[in-house]
Amino acid sequence: MCRVERVQIDGVGSPEDLAARLAGDGYLADDGLATAAFLALRMGRPLFLEGEAGVGKTALATALAHVAGAPLIRLQCYEGLDASQALYDWDFPRQLLHLRATEALRGPVPATGDEVAAIEQGLYARRFLVARPLLQALETSPSVLLVDEIDRADDEFEAFLLEVLSDFTITVPELGTVSATTAPLVVLTSNRTREVHDALKRRCLYHWLEHPGFDREVAIIRRRLPHASERLATDVAHAAAVLRSQDLLKAPGVAESIDWTEALLALGARELDPDRAARTLGAVLKYREDTERVRAVGLEALVR
Amino acid sequence: MTTAARPRPGADITATVVGFARTLRAAGVGAGPDRVHAMVSALAELDAGSRHDTYWAGRLTLCSGPDDLPRYDRAFEAWFGGHDVGRLRPRTAVRLPRQVAAPAPGQGATGGPDEASGLATSSDAEVLRHRDVARLTGAERDELHRMLGLLNAPAPTRLSRRMTPNGSGAIDPRRTVRAMLERGGEPARLRRRRRCPRPRRLVLLVDVSGSMAPYADALLRFAHAAASRRPGTEVFTLGTRLTRITRELSAASPDAALAAVSGAVADWSGGTRLGADLKEFLDLYGQRAAARGAVVMIASDGWERGDVAPLGVQMARLARLAHRVVWANPHKARPGYQPLVAGMAAALPYVDDFVAGHSFAAFEELAALLSGPGRRGA
Repeated sequence: MCRVERVQIDGVGSPEDLAARLAGDGYLADDGLATAAFLALRMGRPLFLEGEAGVGKTALATALAHVAGAPLIRLQCYEGLDASQALYDWDFPRQLLHLRATEALRGPVPATGDEVAAIEQGLYARRFLVARPLLQALETSPSVLLVDEIDRADDEFEAFLLEVLSDFTITVPELGTVSATTAPLVVLTSNRTREVHDALKRRCLYHWLEHPGFDREVAIIRRRLPHASERLATDVAHAAAVLRSQDLLKAPGVAESIDWTEALLALGARELDPDRAARTLGAVLKYREDTERVRAVGLEALVR
Repeated sequence: MTTAARPRPGADITATVVGFARTLRAAGVGAGPDRVHAMVSALAELDAGSRHDTYWAGRLTLCSGPDDLPRYDRAFEAWFGGHDVGRLRPRTAVRLPRQVAAPAPGQGATGGPDEASGLATSSDAEVLRHRDVARLTGAERDELHRMLGLLNAPAPTRLSRRMTPNGSGAIDPRRTVRAMLERGGEPARLRRRRRCPRPRRLVLLVDVSGSMAPYADALLRFAHAAASRRPGTEVFTLGTRLTRITRELSAASPDAALAAVSGAVADWSGGTRLGADLKEFLDLYGQRAAARGAVVMIASDGWERGDVAPLGVQMARLARLAHRVVWANPHKARPGYQPLVAGMAAALPYVDDFVAGHSFAAFEELAALLSGPGRRGA
C-alpha cells in the first residue's frame, strides 16, 4: 500500500484544522470525528462509521469530498449486490452492436485468422467496460469512495470488498489490472442492522457516532438552514432532546431535526408552538406508536 | 487535557500501547496485534503526549463496536488515569450451573433406569431422549450433550433478491445474450433464472435466571448446535440483563463455547426482567434487523419479577417484526401444566408455537419446528 499515494487536503496538519475546514463546508464535526477523519487521511485507512440513522454518517463523506476537492463516488449497498454492480460490467449490447457494424462494413468477404483475432481483441477494449463505483473510484484520482450501509450487503460481499480495499487494484481478466495512482479516501457506513465481520473492521478506523449535544445541534441546524431564527433552532433542538429521552422506537436524529425545522420554516414559524408541532410531527417521528406516545404525554412538553 | 500520567516524555510509546492493549483485552475488548500496530501508527500522526489524542487514537483503532466503548473507557481510565490496573483483571470465571439440579442417586425419579450406571445401549438412549434434563446424572448428561451435538437443524428459507440459473424460471437476458454471442449471434436456447432461497435468520433468547438454572446448560448447548449449523444465528441470554453471546458461542467445541459464555454472562441464576430484557433486545438488535423476518425462539418459564404489562407490549412488538415466535417452556411438560405464571399468560397471545423444551425429544421437536416453514398462527 506504500506505493499508492493518499488523498491530500492542503493546509490540514491536525484534527482541529480538518474540523475547521469541514465547518467551512457546513459540517460540524466533534473532536472524535475530526480525529477519525484526520487519521483516515493520514494513515490511508478506510473510516468505518457506525451509529443511529440520521446522525450524519453519509453527510461526513460528502463534506470530506468537498473539502478535498475530490468527486464523491457512492456505492449504495443492498442485499444481493454483486461484483457486476459494484466493480465493472461488460457492455454486451454495445459489443454486439460493434460486431454487427464490423460485419456490415466488411461485406461478405471472409476474414483471415489475424483479422478475427483483432476483432475479438477490439471487443474487450476499455470503451466496452462499464465502470461501477469501485472501479470508478480507482480510476478517478483523487476521489472519496462512500460505501453506504455496508450492513445491508451480504456478508460474502464484505470479503470481496476487503480484497479491493487492501491493495486498491482490480483485475479484469480480459483487460489487465487497474490500480489507483492515488488511493481513494474510503468511508464505510453501517446502521448496525447486522454485525459486520471483524476482518473488515480490523482494517478500518472505527468510530461510533452519537447524537450531537444541544449546542452543537443548534449550530448544525443554523448552519444548514440559515433562514431559521435562533429561537426556532433552539426550540427544535430542545424538543429533539426531549423526544430522545422519551424512549421511542426510533429516536430522531439530526437529519430529522433539520427536516423538522425545514417543515416549520415552510409553515412560516419563528418558534415552536404545540399547534405547529402537532401538524409537523410527521417530519420527526416515523412510527405510529411513537406519535401516539408523544401525543399522550402532551405536545406542551416539547415546547420550552 | 494535555498531561498524561503515561506515556511520560521519553517513555517507550509502543511498550505503553502494548501494555494498555493487554489491559483492554482483559476487560473484554479483542484488541489484536494488528490493531495495536494501528494505534501506534495513529499516535505517530497525533500528539502522543496528549491524553485526548491518545484516547482517540486508541478508541478509533482498538474498538470494533459500541459494546466495546464503555469497556474501553474503563480500561483507558485505569491505565492512563493512574489507577491500579489490576482491578481490570477478568472476573473470576463464573461456573455454569451444570450440576446444580443433578439429584443424588436414588433421590431422582423412581422407577427410572439405574441412575448410577453409564449409558451405552440404544434402549438407554431412547429412555434418555424423554427424560427431563433437570433430573440427569453426570454420565447421562454427558450422553445428552453428545446427542445435542448431533442435532440437525436445517434452516427455514425465504426468497432472496439474488437470482440463480434455473431450468424453469423467468428468462435471463444476460445469460441468453451471452450464449447467443458464443454462437455468433445465432438464437440459442433460452436461459432462465429465478430468485434463490436464503436461510431465514434464527434468533435464540435463553433465560438463565435462577428458576431456569437446571435447563440453562442444555438450552445453551442446543443454541450452540443451532448456531454452528446456521451461520447468522444470534443468541442472547435473558436474566437481570440482556447479554449477547453469539460471539462466545462461535467456538467449535461446545465445551469451549460454554466456558466462554460463562465468562461473558454476569447474571447466572439471578432474577428475571423479561420485559426489560426483551425491550433492550428489540431496541438494540431486533428492530434494526436481527428479528426482522426471523424465527425467534424464547426459552423461558415466563417468571417475571414485577409488572408484566411491559412484557406484553414488547411481545406484541416482537410478533410484528418476526416471521415466527416460538416459546419453549420446560415446565410445559409437567402433568397438568397451565400457563398461570403472569408473565407467561401475558406473552402467550403473541406466541406462534408454544412448546416444551425439557428433554432431548423435546429439543428434536423444537429443532424440527424451528426449521419448518410453518404458517403463522392467528
